[in-house]
Amino acid sequence: MPFEALVAGCLAYVALMFGVAFAADRAAARGHLRWLDHPAVYTLSLSVYCSAWTFYGAVGYASRSGLEFATIYLGPTIVFAGAWWGLRRLVRVARMHHVTSIADLISARFGKSNRLAAIVTLIAVIAATPYVALQLQSVSLSFEVFATDSLTDIPMTGGGGTALWVAGGLALFTILFGTRNLAADERHHGVVTAIALEAVVKLLAFLAVGIFVVWGLADGPSDMLDRIARAAARHQGWILRPDRWTALLIVSGAAIVALPRMFQVLVVEAADEDRLAVAGWAFPAYLFAMSLFVLPIAVMGQQLLPPDANPDLYVLTLPARSGQNWLAFLVFLGGFSAATSMVVVCTIALATMISNHWIVPLWLMLRRKPQPEDPEDLRGFVLNARRLAILAVMAVGWVYYRATGGTTALAAMGLVAFTGMAQVLPAMIGGLLWRGANRQGAYAGVGCGFAIWMAMIFLPSVGVGASPPVPAGVDPLAFAIVLSLAANTLAFIALSIFGMPDPVERLQGLSFVSAVDPVRHSRVARGADGAEPLLVMARRVWGAEDALRFFRAEAAIQGKSGYLPDLTSRFLTRLERRLAGSVGAATAHAMIDSVAGGVELTVSDLMQVADEAQRAKEETQRLEHATTELARTARQLREANDKLTALSVQKDSFLGQISHELRTPMTSVRAFSEILRTPDLSPADRDRFAGIIFDESGRLTRLLDDLLDLSVLESGQAQLSITPANLHDLIERALSAASATRPERMFRVEREPLAEHLGILTDADRLLQVLINVISNARKYCDAEPPALSIHVRQTLRGGAQIDIVDNGSGIEIARQALIFEKFARLNDPARAGGAGLGLAICKEIMANLGGEITYLPGQGGAAFRIVLPRRPPVPVDAGQRLRA
Amino acid sequence: MLDILMIEDEPNIAEAVQFILTREGWRVALHGDGLGGIEAIRGAKPRLVILDVMLPHRSGTEILAELRGDHDASLAATPVLMLTARGQATLALPQADAVLAKPFANDDLRAMVRRMLN
Repeated sequence: MPFEALVAGCLAYVALMFGVAFAADRAAARGHLRWLDHPAVYTLSLSVYCSAWTFYGAVGYASRSGLEFATIYLGPTIVFAGAWWGLRRLVRVARMHHVTSIADLISARFGKSNRLAAIVTLIAVIAATPYVALQLQSVSLSFEVFATDSLTDIPMTGGGGTALWVAGGLALFTILFGTRNLAADERHHGVVTAIALEAVVKLLAFLAVGIFVVWGLADGPSDMLDRIARAAARHQGWILRPDRWTALLIVSGAAIVALPRMFQVLVVEAADEDRLAVAGWAFPAYLFAMSLFVLPIAVMGQQLLPPDANPDLYVLTLPARSGQNWLAFLVFLGGFSAATSMVVVCTIALATMISNHWIVPLWLMLRRKPQPEDPEDLRGFVLNARRLAILAVMAVGWVYYRATGGTTALAAMGLVAFTGMAQVLPAMIGGLLWRGANRQGAYAGVGCGFAIWMAMIFLPSVGVGASPPVPAGVDPLAFAIVLSLAANTLAFIALSIFGMPDPVERLQGLSFVSAVDPVRHSRVARGADGAEPLLVMARRVWGAEDALRFFRAEAAIQGKSGYLPDLTSRFLTRLERRLAGSVGAATAHAMIDSVAGGVELTVSDLMQVADEAQRAKEETQRLEHATTELARTARQLREANDKLTALSVQKDSFLGQISHELRTPMTSVRAFSEILRTPDLSPADRDRFAGIIFDESGRLTRLLDDLLDLSVLESGQAQLSITPANLHDLIERALSAASATRPERMFRVEREPLAEHLGILTDADRLLQVLINVISNARKYCDAEPPALSIHVRQTLRGGAQIDIVDNGSGIEIARQALIFEKFARLNDPARAGGAGLGLAICKEIMANLGGEITYLPGQGGAAFRIVLPRRPPVPVDAGQRLRA
Repeated sequence: MLDILMIEDEPNIAEAVQFILTREGWRVALHGDGLGGIEAIRGAKPRLVILDVMLPHRSGTEILAELRGDHDASLAATPVLMLTARGQATLALPQADAVLAKPFANDDLRAMVRRMLN
């Protein structure tokens, strides 16, 4: 197969993976989780356990050590057989506490100690980075198989920059799909779906090679079994060694849970613990299928290929040398899948730990601000920290691979990682099962195991320092495993028993062990002296009155007077619950801790605080908006109501006044018409009484005319006939008409005839009515002797007219000035001159209809009215739009 | 001695009432303003006061209240007939002995005054 075709096919496969991941992420974002959440996808994603080491290395392992390779599959199988009992509990607890990694789990269990998390992260990084390097190496090697024809001259470092290209591509993929969001559940649907697909590819590839080997190269199963039996008899190293088997079963069983990538897919990416019901049998079945043909391939490789061919590549070289190019390509894709899926998930898990337990705590410490003011600030920073960590892990892996030149045996590096992460297991299992486990124990156990692992396993594996002495007859690896785990467990148990119990972690432990609703916290019970700062804080949240009421009630429950209860766990729990109702659970927790506890905040706490702060901010804004809206509506309603009430009162009083004004002339009319029926009236009386009846009925008619006029004007339905008019003429006519009022009084009238010659567009009759009314009023009420009237006209800036009519009387007293334009204003006026008091109200309405106004000018000596007219009246306004008070 | 003092600001109504009651044989005096109303009553000491409710300067109800509070017990007990143009709704005037709504039938006025004077 041409190398170019291989590269092209490989690139197409990578593009497919990007596409699948992208589509899955999009579907998840839209809430289409039906397929993505299927237990089958979950189970397949667990196959990230089968890295390139399993895919290529298991055959090499079998070729060297016979059946021992099976321990790598048997350990997980045993663990999964008990999945419903053990793993389900782990997943449930982890989901309950929103655990993001194995380091986070350990830290959460042991009092949310970030230092512990940082140590676990360190172990994970040291153990897993060479493992990442291993995957890069395997991809490079498999490329070389195609690039060269020789079976023996394959350089361990691979050719050119293959590993660099692979590392770069994987970093891109991981950043794209591993850091898209920062959801609280830390699930990555795109990554998981792509891994599930890769799981299918690698299984199919491996089964295809196996079938080809058994039925294509050998003569079926019985021939194969014969060949295996003959090989087993020949090999010294194929003996089953109980010490190694036991140790390897333990570490592989531990690895399936504790390896960062396994914890990621098994626990963090699990939607709930129920899918373990399927995974409990399906994942062991997958492992069985993956292991079924390992031994046949190893035996056939040994028999058909040259003795110095690399057994780690038998899977690929057997079909390649048999001319099965397509099968070889499929195998290449299988190995590629195994390597890439492992690298991606491992990098995500490591990056999460590094950013959450190294970078962010450091950043927060350097900022010296316990809580970020802006949630977006923290969010963006964590995402960037994670991207940086991904690049760093990938870069270190690649550098490690280039620097060490690769290792000769893939399996060795895998075991180093397994045994390293197994050191976390005692603390984890103990934390889940034993309430008495505490932080000192965890420190001691993890630290002890880490030290032994470094000295006896990791450093020798990279060629630093000599292997420590081992008792004769004991396998060094098994010895190191048993020693490190035993010391680890003993230290953990001993310090847990003798160490000081911390109430915070004791309750956290209760929550883990019982796997019931988490008891959020426990704080050291103290006297009432600690209650005061809590009261101060609560007052800021609830206001003084509510806070005092709550604290006094709590003190009363404890049988204390006053308002400072003892800081019992019960009181703190109730306070936190009340606070949580106001500010959110995480914030309430953090607030109380900051005052009462001094407990370290973890990153997940801070993330929750940030989330809640953001939500609370949005909620507050929404509420504020609604409140403003409500207040505005209430104000509008109140105003409308006030207006209606005023209108109603006005209407009642108006009707009362009309009644009075109608009944008064009616009383005279009725009384005198009865009197007229009296037979012996003198003709003089008869004439006089008939005259009174005539006058009073005229008064009634005028009143009704005025009321009708007013109602038409007020409704805006008055018919106006707009014509050009000369003000001089109108004033002349008004003076002449008004002289009928108290004709006995001789007024001196001051005018400016030149200024009066002003042409305007208006309803001349209506304007005349106003002028007559005002001049008549002057004639009626002006009390000066001799009476005088001044009429002053001038043009306004906008081409309208302003007419001031001022008499020399005593004017209108200030208190009444505001009322004179109201209807029936003269009702209680002792000086009322027969009218009902509608004249000026009508004038005001006429002027409004003409687009002008009439106002009283105070301080002019006598009664002074100003009439203002526009050059032309406005377009008639619809009655409905006219607003009247 | 004066029989009736009428306090009413509408001259036509005052004239009509005076004409009607005078023809019945009673002596009727008039006062045309709320101002000075109580002094007019004190001065005349009439057997009956006819009082308009709505008067300039001082309302009929104010004059009535002052009359009822007068230290001269016999003056304070003077019967009062109130006239009102405010319609039936405002007829409840507890301190008045009788209330008559405008416009009224002349016979009603005569009968009411006769009853109050006897």
